[in-house]
Amino acid sequence: MITGTIVRISGPVIIAHDMRGSKMYDVVKVGGDALRGEIIRLEGDDAVIQVYEDTTGLMLGEPVVDTEQPLSVELGPGLLASIYDGVQRPLPVLMQKSGDFIARGIYAPGLAREKKWEFVPSVKKGDKVIAGDVIGTVQEFHFEHRILAPHGTAGTVTDITPGSFTVEEPVCTLDGTTRLSLMQVWPVRIPRPHTKKLDPVLPLITGQRVFDCIFPVTKGGTAMIPGGFGTGKTVSEQTLAKWADTQVVVYIGCGERGNEMTDVLAEFPELVDPRTGLPLIERTILIANTSNMPVAAREASIYTGITIAEYFRDMGYDVALMADSTSRWGEALREVSGRLEEMPGEEGYPAYLATRLSAFYERAGRVVCLGSGERNGSVTVVGAVSPAGGDFSEPITQNTLRVVGTFWALDTNLAYRRHFPAVNWIKSYSLYIDSISEWYVKNIALDWRELREKAMYLLQKEVELQEIVQLVGPDALPESEKAILDVTRMIREDFLQQGAYSDTDSFCPVDKQYLMLRVIMTYFEHMNVAMGRGVTLRQVQALPIRAGIGRMKDIQDTEAIRAMVGDIEQQLSNLVVEK
Amino acid sequence: MKPLSLVTREYRTIDYVSGPLVFVSNVKGAAYGEMVRIRLRDGEERTGQVLDLSEEHAVVQVFEGTRGIDTDATMVRFTGEPARINVSLDMLGRVFTGVGKARDGRPEIIPEAVLDIAGTPINPSARDKPADFIQTGMSAIDGLNTLVRGQKLPIFSGAGLPASKLAAQIARQSKVLGEGEQFAVVFVAMGITNKEASFFMRDFEQTGALDRVVFFMNLADDPTVERLAAPRCGLAAAEFLAFTHNLHVLVILTDMINYCEALREISTAREEVPGRRGYPGYMYTDLSSIYERAGRLKGRKGSITQIPILTMPDDDITHPVPDLTGYITEGQIVLSRDLFRRGADPPVDALPCLSRLMNLGIGPGKTREDHRGVADQLYASYAYGRDLRRLVAIVGEEALTDLDKKYLKFADMFEKQFITQGNDDRPIETTLAIAWDLFAILPEDELKRIKREFIAKYHPAHTKSVGE
Repeated sequence: MITGTIVRISGPVIIAHDMRGSKMYDVVKVGGDALRGEIIRLEGDDAVIQVYEDTTGLMLGEPVVDTEQPLSVELGPGLLASIYDGVQRPLPVLMQKSGDFIARGIYAPGLAREKKWEFVPSVKKGDKVIAGDVIGTVQEFHFEHRILAPHGTAGTVTDITPGSFTVEEPVCTLDGTTRLSLMQVWPVRIPRPHTKKLDPVLPLITGQRVFDCIFPVTKGGTAMIPGGFGTGKTVSEQTLAKWADTQVVVYIGCGERGNEMTDVLAEFPELVDPRTGLPLIERTILIANTSNMPVAAREASIYTGITIAEYFRDMGYDVALMADSTSRWGEALREVSGRLEEMPGEEGYPAYLATRLSAFYERAGRVVCLGSGERNGSVTVVGAVSPAGGDFSEPITQNTLRVVGTFWALDTNLAYRRHFPAVNWIKSYSLYIDSISEWYVKNIALDWRELREKAMYLLQKEVELQEIVQLVGPDALPESEKAILDVTRMIREDFLQQGAYSDTDSFCPVDKQYLMLRVIMTYFEHMNVAMGRGVTLRQVQALPIRAGIGRMKDIQDTEAIRAMVGDIEQQLSNLVVEK
Repeated sequence: MKPLSLVTREYRTIDYVSGPLVFVSNVKGAAYGEMVRIRLRDGEERTGQVLDLSEEHAVVQVFEGTRGIDTDATMVRFTGEPARINVSLDMLGRVFTGVGKARDGRPEIIPEAVLDIAGTPINPSARDKPADFIQTGMSAIDGLNTLVRGQKLPIFSGAGLPASKLAAQIARQSKVLGEGEQFAVVFVAMGITNKEASFFMRDFEQTGALDRVVFFMNLADDPTVERLAAPRCGLAAAEFLAFTHNLHVLVILTDMINYCEALREISTAREEVPGRRGYPGYMYTDLSSIYERAGRLKGRKGSITQIPILTMPDDDITHPVPDLTGYITEGQIVLSRDLFRRGADPPVDALPCLSRLMNLGIGPGKTREDHRGVADQLYASYAYGRDLRRLVAIVGEEALTDLDKKYLKFADMFEKQFITQGNDDRPIETTLAIAWDLFAILPEDELKRIKREFIAKYHPAHTKSVGE
């Protein structure tokens, strides 16, 4: 066992002597309280360590013990509905141990040791098993938790027993020697292996019109949500966590507010998944490392989160991972880098920021899982970014932009006028439109893409027209252009805006989304025809159908919306030209 | 925290002194973050805290400043204790320095407990959801950006804008509907002038609230480094009052910009790599260790609500201090110079304001069923009216449609009647009634954000016809 002594303490970073033989990223126990830390640099006999807890009270000369293990998480039954800190300590257990405030130096395993799980084998004696194979299942709430042969194991099953087991008890033996239990351990900084990556072709359905219909993200894709404070990053992340059509959601509160985590904790058990009818909390894993919790654990939190997400992916499930906010993670990197007195890159961030960011986002993807038999799983990563001063030219936003497929730019001005989600339709984009078109054609409608592009064209046109209006006033525009402004206002207010807390509109099914867009575009088309005949805009605006369009959001019956298409055609063609 | 070594040692080995920092060499057995006592040549005693420990030096920041410290005779004693403060219920009505010493000429308090001022983070799963509506009597807050118990809602001000007046008015008028008053105010002054401080004291005195207030005073001419301890002392006291004595504590921190300046001063003296505008890269983490101490705990009656005040340099909301604050706090109240000049009182600029916890504190049973819709509608209509003002400046009011003229009038009346209220204490019903009167300016069809049933129930056009 390698044991050194502390020779330097500076905030969350310490340096220890006599650590020869230690490896990078080994977990160490620091001082008499055995605070956990991780080696982040080696210099001769000295190891530089980031400590996952507050270092107040540590003294020079106290011991540092190298566990010679990398930072790892426990994977197995009991993960779902848990709430962890950044290094997978279960917060409710910490609360039992140290009360309402988190004391230092307490430890609790990620998975409960006493709880027994009902194991049902899916292989039998004599079967050959390779790494990644499902050896059995455990029922966790209503979820089928598949127990996988860990990476690096293979052989013939010599013993396997159904029954009640704790996560540590052996349930299966391979070749008479390798014992497998319900739990496995995986180092967080190493991506879990898979057979191969697949192209993302399935959309991640979120029930949000601006996300699904306008700037979609795929299952296994990546998206970023940057925005200044108050633009609705957290609300968007929470909305996605609520309604994304995946079997598992990992929500990382990385350096954010404590009261927001409380909100999720209080709300999710009561909310019901619209597809399965089960409480949302049963598919959710929360990682809460709030801003006042130790900064090094914040750095670790996103790796802890994505490793758990990959574990469920390997079972063949779709997983959505929300990271709120990756900027706080970047700041943790910066803080530790500053303490190391590394040469700073842009805005004080370390030069390796871009590498770390892209390595993290690349762990997303839709894959063929390890093991025999074809199982596909996916991890979708949605990262919130909090750019300083709302300025998108800062390093985290720019480096993230280079690696993500969908860009949802939140806009302070939209938020000021309470246009939510405050996604700026001019700046945002999605690179997945081509790959998911096929799905839309097959499942929703042939002309989805065409409608989307028409709407986008009009919104772009609106920006140009607004500039003219600013110069000469709205009356100077010809009727046809006033018509465009009329319909773009409709697109903005009656389609793009969606209340996250509305009881009727917080989740909007994709077919309804499409029909709503179809109604508005039909209105525009026939308005143009009518105005071609000489009908005035004033006449069109007086039609009763307009009020109906304004209330579409609250109509649950999609057939009623479909019927509106006909009504619009009829009302507009019935208009008589005024003399 | 574990008890630190009781052995104390004295050193006379100050190597050098730089700004607020003292570098002591050959220190054995010092602990990171422990308190030190420094005795000057003339016998004066000061306090400091260990910021960095290496084999060569212990770096100590001195709270009372380094003037008069020499490298020869000055003694440094390591106490083996973290920074602590004596707390007791008797603190109410008393005035302390930034490090918790009595400042009002009366004897030191007899402590009920001795607390580490830095505190420890609240376990997120121990937090209780903020849910109680606080009626501040200010329409701009109650109606549009409701304050909830356990929230941290800063006031972003500009130099010369009446943030103090607003904060004092909130402290004076705040109440939770339908509850007896079990409240206390912790007032932390960081680097503000004597005039500002006495404004608050006078205001509390006039309303008879003085004996419910704990003051922590670090004025403009007091040592800078003490400003780093002041909010932590204040919050340690607040936690004690809230979670041991079940009081609802309102913490006013003013002015956070001075706190951040002090942080920058220390950082520069330590020759750290600077982040934006010279502020240290860890300022976000540091600020959150203050702001995140607001909240409620499951199973405890008390709560901590924070109203930090900060002056935006050059009214710039993207300056690092308001920017990082906005990322941590649950919303913000922004004052505007433009509105101030036009005579709005308080000059609250509604558009950039936000309360993230508003939805938890409003609605049926808390305020009124139509509250959410009314607030959304006020925002949407006012934002549109403001846009039109810009247009009018270019093309003139004649170029507007009749509807747009109504919006323009709406925006004006909104500022004059809804935002402006002077010293009135408005119940929430009054605030909502004023909003409905404003809606009467617009055609009913324009009120898209409000449910039809509420329009039928509350719109003056309907309520009057019923009455007649």
